[in-house]
Amino acid sequence: MEHAAPPAWVMLAYLISGVFFILALRGLSSPATSQQGNRFGMAGMLIAVVTTLVTHEVASLPEILGAIFIGGGIGWVTARKIAMTDMPQLVAAFHSLVGMAAVLVAAAAFLNPEAFGINGADGLINPVSRVEMGLGIAIGAITFSGSVIAFLKLAGKMSGAPIMLPMRHVINLGTLTAILGLIGYFTVDQSPWIFWTITALAFVIGFLLIIPIGGADMPVVVSMLNSYSGWAAAAMGFTLHNTAMIITGALVGSSGAILSYIMCKAMNRSFISVIAGGFGAEAAATGGPAKEQRPWKRGSAEDAAYMMQQAESVIIVPGYGMAVAQAQHILREMADVLKKQGVSVKYAIHPVAGRMPGHMNVLLAEAQVPYDEVFELEDINSEFAQTDVAFIIGANDVVNPAAKTDKTSPIYGMPVFDVDKAKTVFFVKRSMGGVGYAGVDNDVFYMDQTMMLLADAKKMCEDIVKALQH
Amino acid sequence: MDFISILSIFVMACFVGYYVVWSVTPALHTPLMAVTNAISSVIIVGALIASAAGGSPTAKWLGLIAVALASVNIFGGFAVTARMLAMYKKKER
Repeated sequence: MEHAAPPAWVMLAYLISGVFFILALRGLSSPATSQQGNRFGMAGMLIAVVTTLVTHEVASLPEILGAIFIGGGIGWVTARKIAMTDMPQLVAAFHSLVGMAAVLVAAAAFLNPEAFGINGADGLINPVSRVEMGLGIAIGAITFSGSVIAFLKLAGKMSGAPIMLPMRHVINLGTLTAILGLIGYFTVDQSPWIFWTITALAFVIGFLLIIPIGGADMPVVVSMLNSYSGWAAAAMGFTLHNTAMIITGALVGSSGAILSYIMCKAMNRSFISVIAGGFGAEAAATGGPAKEQRPWKRGSAEDAAYMMQQAESVIIVPGYGMAVAQAQHILREMADVLKKQGVSVKYAIHPVAGRMPGHMNVLLAEAQVPYDEVFELEDINSEFAQTDVAFIIGANDVVNPAAKTDKTSPIYGMPVFDVDKAKTVFFVKRSMGGVGYAGVDNDVFYMDQTMMLLADAKKMCEDIVKALQH
Repeated sequence: MDFISILSIFVMACFVGYYVVWSVTPALHTPLMAVTNAISSVIIVGALIASAAGGSPTAKWLGLIAVALASVNIFGGFAVTARMLAMYKKKER
């Protein structure tokens, strides 16, 4: 049976759905148009689902509606309840579901090829479709098991430390080669054992690829898995000859790839070295013992309040530590008080400030910080030299000048904020002992113009607000 | 559709994706991930075909589970994106 061409309006409907998905992403070019874009996305999805239901003989509509209702309900409630700090693990969990759905669809297509119109005149599945199915199920399975590990690491249910197996590069390359070889062999022999072996190996490789990657590299991993979930959808789109799926797959695949690239660049790490894993383990080993005692100055909340009131301009550099301490709301209050007293306040965000791309922006938006006061690294970095006060809260590696000067530092080459050029620096930190993700000491602590504000970030901001209002 | 026309759509869509994603403002990268996650659940189309078809009960059940999983993503993904985007406010002047 040759694949019967669907009526023209069906092809058009899927095309429109695909175009709506493009518009959904296009809307994100500015916060002003983004909500409109999201509605385009929903409309595109509705068109795709309704078109499919109308054009296929649906023998089991109640079951399907039940499945949508159960799944949709779980998704809806989760989306309402999730804390913004937990967004990275939510996204990882969602990726795993896309991966699993791709695996199930590919498996269903293998078991019932007739329904998908992919079997040839001889009753066998078309060889091209076999390759697409094989790729679809392999990428889907890798996305699933990789995302599950990423979720466990991000949610703190599993140690963020890299787990290094001996010979892991050999094992990984061997497994990947075996998967590709089996997909090739699948075109001449469509025995079930080949299909299921591909699936099993892909589940294993997804797991093996992510366990050696440390917590600091998780933003890259989440972006990469985002990309994979797109390629899985695209592969299934090829099998089903479905334009909406192919366009979406390509969009999501490119999106994840670009975000991975941006994250790697922001950490000055090559994509290959992130994937090879192990970062964090070696850094902790080199950064630990080399510490020496150097003089530093301790400041108080009153000092900070006084200096900032006198200042013309303050730049706040928030890091993930601020979000952990839940200090974003009181930080915004502090900025509000300063603004009322005529001080210009800006926020400077490093691309890796949160646990996923753009995470810090969401956390600040949640605390009602206007987005036009929030600036990206390259847009604000030149302003530190003319700034009276740099207020660093919960960040460390992203302001470490060693990234510019010390070639032996594990973070050398990473773009950082030039906070050392500001007239005065306040560094909010829990204690002098702790070091950043990369485990390296920071020269900013010991500069003449730096005052360390050693306290819990939230408590410190509360004290500063009190002092400001006196 | 033959393989070449499908491949053409795919390659063109990759280029569109590349340029559209670079135009996304970095401040919205987290919502970008959430919404791409939601739209990649368009794989529900395949799940619906599998669960609607007669012939193989196993395939039907696999399809139904896939419909449920993709629905979690569709509703969850769009809802969480909408929730995040609603928080982005301009300065009051």
